[in-house]
Amino acid sequence: MSRTITIDPLTRIEGHARITLHLGPDGQVSDALFHVTQFRGFEKFVEGRPFHEMPSIMARICGICPVSHLVASAKACDELLAVRIPHTAIQLRRLMNIGQIVQSHALNFFHLSSPDLLLGFDSDPATRNIFGVLAKRPDLARDGIRLRQFGQQVIEWLGKERIHPAWIVAGGVSSPLTAAVRDRILAAIPEARQIAHRTMDWFKRSLENYREETRTFGNFPSLFLGLVGPDGELEHYDGRLRFVDATGEKVADGIENADYASVIGEAVEPWSYLKFPYYKPTGYPEGMYRVGPLARLNVCDRIGTPEADAELAEFRELGRGAVLSSFHYHFARLVEVIYGIEMIEQILNDPEILSTHVRAEAGPNARRGIGISEAPRGLLIHDYTIDEQGLMRGANLIIATGHNNLAMSRGILQVARRYVDGNNLKEGMLNRVEAVIRAFDPCLSCSTHAAGKMPMRIELFDADGRKVNEVMRQP
Amino acid sequence: MTPVPIPAGRVKTLKIDGRDVSGYENQTILEIARENNIHIPTLCNLEGLDDIGACRLCLVEIKGLARLLPACVTRVQEGMEVLTDTERLRRHRRMVIELLLSERNHVCAVCVSNGHCELQSLAQTLGVNHVHVPYRYPRMAVDATHGRFGVDHNRCILCTRCVRVCDQIEGAHTWDVAGRGVEAMIISDLKQDWGASATCTSCGKCVQVCPTGALFVKGKAVGEMTKQREFLPYLTLMREGEK
Ligand code: SF4
Ligand code: FES
Repeated sequence: MSRTITIDPLTRIEGHARITLHLGPDGQVSDALFHVTQFRGFEKFVEGRPFHEMPSIMARICGICPVSHLVASAKACDELLAVRIPHTAIQLRRLMNIGQIVQSHALNFFHLSSPDLLLGFDSDPATRNIFGVLAKRPDLARDGIRLRQFGQQVIEWLGKERIHPAWIVAGGVSSPLTAAVRDRILAAIPEARQIAHRTMDWFKRSLENYREETRTFGNFPSLFLGLVGPDGELEHYDGRLRFVDATGEKVADGIENADYASVIGEAVEPWSYLKFPYYKPTGYPEGMYRVGPLARLNVCDRIGTPEADAELAEFRELGRGAVLSSFHYHFARLVEVIYGIEMIEQILNDPEILSTHVRAEAGPNARRGIGISEAPRGLLIHDYTIDEQGLMRGANLIIATGHNNLAMSRGILQVARRYVDGNNLKEGMLNRVEAVIRAFDPCLSCSTHAAGKMPMRIELFDADGRKVNEVMRQP
Repeated sequence: MTPVPIPAGRVKTLKIDGRDVSGYENQTILEIARENNIHIPTLCNLEGLDDIGACRLCLVEIKGLARLLPACVTRVQEGMEVLTDTERLRRHRRMVIELLLSERNHVCAVCVSNGHCELQSLAQTLGVNHVHVPYRYPRMAVDATHGRFGVDHNRCILCTRCVRVCDQIEGAHTWDVAGRGVEAMIISDLKQDWGASATCTSCGKCVQVCPTGALFVKGKAVGEMTKQREFLPYLTLMREGEK
């Protein structure tokens, strides 16, 4: 007889998800399914729309990281225009994309994950949130708020609107950078840099305390996928696709945008709206891979900025070959924050950064455009086709949470096997399942449940679909 | 008929919102109100084009009359007492906007005219924060066959400004209205692709007068479509001068 345990909904990840754990006849967890019910219908919604609207439409549809969708979408549109956009426009898009990565990583690390790290995974759920952190370590909470603000301000000052900036457009950006904004961002860098290093040091010092989590949090061999620059350096805006295996060996490298489908296949399962991308040469589901900060640090040869490269050296010590524990997404995120701050400074000091030549104008010159960039949570692919008038005919999107779909279920299974024992569901188990998912940082809807507890329900079904047990957790 | 540069006829005196005002007998309530800085919301009206009284947004109350009259096509009369801003009118105007919003697909957040749209700003100033009638969600196409412009029927409110500017100012009469009721649509020529139109001169006047994002310049990203309408009164003035 097999039974099903359902955890629904998750707390403190962004949005709403549902997990079912399937028990085998021996009472052990035999399968874990991570259900995603978002991301549906957008293909129909965009059909027939002028492609110039796409960046803003996509930013609205996936509201968690709008800037990343603006970037990937605008890059796909550049290909539809068949233009090479001005250097300054590329730099400005890069700048906003990095602002988004810094703010998103700060949100994940401080608001969503630090309660577990600081207060313990089994501490009272009522206080295991950012307010609990504020009470215990006000300095840390304040750092988190300030760092996130820094990233948000970069976006806001550039785009003049924080949440849905329509500043990134097909062919470039809609307005140049002013000296005043450049100087304002530069002035904010020293504080952000201090916070980033302070947090990194604290995290590394406390790594010892999470030995158990490191061992059991999605710690399994898999492939990793990310963009790398021309010299194998960390890259979030442009670059080519690279896959490495669990030993850190390159298995595919230098893959161009147009060829992404030769390495990435997409499987469909009836129980999830999210598709299941896999590494094509290995097949489904064995071709499971991970994307995001952990993957990016695993695929790159070096980072390319001095402070972050120093941290990368320590990061590499965490594994032989690739770093495999999903717990180290946290580590990787902090390294990327340090890199992001260095990069922002570098870009702002580009002598051409104030150029007013920031947009290429053209009509539809190609029928298909593919835009690929790195979002905070991982690789983002926008693949558009249009008719000769420039109206959308089709869109395919592969988002970070999709790439990680197989690995996330795998990570949940690993934790559940260890913390679930038959019908015995302890609070600590629930928290760890949640924490694994949070480590992957999936983007599930527009809401962020950073504070407080949402009700959680676990249902236990037997093989005939009858509910035999149920556990509720009130907010 | 607007505008009339040298209004002829007798002078009439009347009250608008309790104020004593006067105008020539061939002038409309809307014109007199504007001359006196009394604001009446409008949509289908555009200075420089003939008025048709289609949108019913400019309705006003007239003492002694049970029904409401459109200010843009109602001539002033001696002793008239006009009210332009009563609760009844505000309710009525909100309803007009709600019906317009529900009829097609006005998705402001992803519209090229976001932030520069007359329908959107009227909804804001009239306090429409909820649409009480069910949305129709019709499936409507975008015609992007023209080299420079596009028409997105999802955003059209059938004000016919485009039809009138094309006919009365440009003299091309490319645009017209086909169908009745909810089936009504603006069409180019005999319902052909705009790009295939033999009459369109590509002057772009229709795009500039369109109050929403229905007519747009191709290549605009969301929120980038701003319209220039200053040319219209100039054009009409200059033409009057030539007569
Ligand atoms: S296209 Fe614009 S101007 Fe023409 S009727 Fe529709 S809303 Fe009015
Ligand atoms: S403005 Fe008078 S009816 Fe439209």
